Amino acid sequence: MVPRFWRKIKYRYDVVGSYCEKCGSYYYPKRELCPRCRRKGRLRDEKFPDEGTILSYTVVNGRIIAMIELNNGARTLAEVCAEKAEIGMRVRKAFRRYGEDGDAGIIYYGTKFVPIC
Amino acid sequence: MRVAVIGVGCTEFGELWEKSFRSIFLEAGIEALMDCGIEGKEIGAIYVGNMSGGKFIDQEHIAALIADHAGLAEFGIPAVRVENADASGGSAFRQAFMAVASGMHDIVIAAGVEKVTDSVDPMGVLSTSVDQEWERFVGANLPALYAIIARRHMHEFGTTEEDLARVAVKNHKNAVHNPKAQFRREIRVEDVLSSEVVADPLRVLDCAPLSDGASAVILANEEIARKLCDTPVFVEACTQASDYLALQCRKDLLTMKAVVKASKEAYRIAKLEPKQIDVAEVHDSFTIAEILAYEDLGFAKKGEGAKLIREGETEIGGKIPVNPSGGLKACGHAVGATGIRQIVELVLQLRGEAGKRQVDAEKALALNVGGTGATAVVTILSR
Ligand SMILES: [Zn+2]
Repeated sequence: MVPRFWRKIKYRYDVVGSYCEKCGSYYYPKRELCPRCRRKGRLRDEKFPDEGTILSYTVVNGRIIAMIELNNGARTLAEVCAEKAEIGMRVRKAFRRYGEDGDAGIIYYGTKFVPIC
Repeated sequence: MRVAVIGVGCTEFGELWEKSFRSIFLEAGIEALMDCGIEGKEIGAIYVGNMSGGKFIDQEHIAALIADHAGLAEFGIPAVRVENADASGGSAFRQAFMAVASGMHDIVIAAGVEKVTDSVDPMGVLSTSVDQEWERFVGANLPALYAIIARRHMHEFGTTEEDLARVAVKNHKNAVHNPKAQFRREIRVEDVLSSEVVADPLRVLDCAPLSDGASAVILANEEIARKLCDTPVFVEACTQASDYLALQCRKDLLTMKAVVKASKEAYRIAKLEPKQIDVAEVHDSFTIAEILAYEDLGFAKKGEGAKLIREGETEIGGKIPVNPSGGLKACGHAVGATGIRQIVELVLQLRGEAGKRQVDAEKALALNVGGTGATAVVTILSR
């Protein structure tokens, strides 16, 4: 399990996704192939905006999990660290740990979001 | 080549502690064989829907196991397991349909089986159907993702928690008359609204249970079907479509594009319109999923799904009865068996053998969905 999550570190920490130079689409998570342009697409890594808006959310196991639309229109699912969430709430990314793997204690970091006050 | 369903079988769905994986699929298979009076060795191929034998009971190579215990390995009949999360059964049915429609085989069996209660965390296993690296990693399981869809539907279209509850209430009411159903008791809207929150706004009674169960159907080409069976039920169309696996990759959270695509194609092939469907079995793994199904199958306009349930149009006796079996919510959700169980129900309905839950129907539709909608299988049947 470990390498599988470790490989994605850059993309998770920095919210790096894909931008297609051919059709102007943004994808998160990163893709190897532009679904619109197929083989003709030209994808490159791009750092995505730090801010976005909550489209919807749930509270599960005591945590707020939200669908966030970033300022460039790409979407990401992430935990929001707040007392409560609302649709339309503006949020900004923050590093937080997501979990720990057994006794080895390998910590998984990823991006969580906090309200913009 | 036209294809018909000539035999159906299904176990009771539920917590079948006293029964094993091997005994439930045999029970369903034998019932289906007896239903059309064949012995078994006439079968050309076996297709088995099973989501996760590996995780639920630590057994892979399910198809071979089934061929063996059904006594069909003796004849060397080929068997294959089909996996598409909780659309495994629907996809197995489609593989079986294609095998007969193409002329490759004359008679085949499509089955579905799942034994979930031997596992300590069945919902965790079902949640392997969502994107593990981008959805599960951040703490979202399957109910959480459906909850996110539900809240957005409520926000955009004014759907309420009561509307969601009404879906569960209707399906429980229908299940009372289904001897194979897991929950044969009525519930009230207040019961749903006071049940424990699983993933806000979805509550325990918005979620289908996870069940043990098996189901099987026998398909044959038209010529053989007419010889063996007085009441063949014809497969007018069986289509499947895909969507992005992770919710965040979809443009519209409130449309299951795979359902729209598969159903449009099925209506085109069957030369039917949504309003000509007399009865439907849809994938109500969560109450919001049934409301989305009304819209994406064309029974209601986008955003107006809740109106159908509010006005009672999807009850038995309504304009388009949905889930007369009790659906996944009350008949039970035996994951890989569900898609075949839906076909069993519709065949009984079209034959006029559905007892007290009988709907007057000539055309029927089944919708089986995998996970949050990355796979959809639509089948249209007629008598
Ligand atoms: Zn492109």
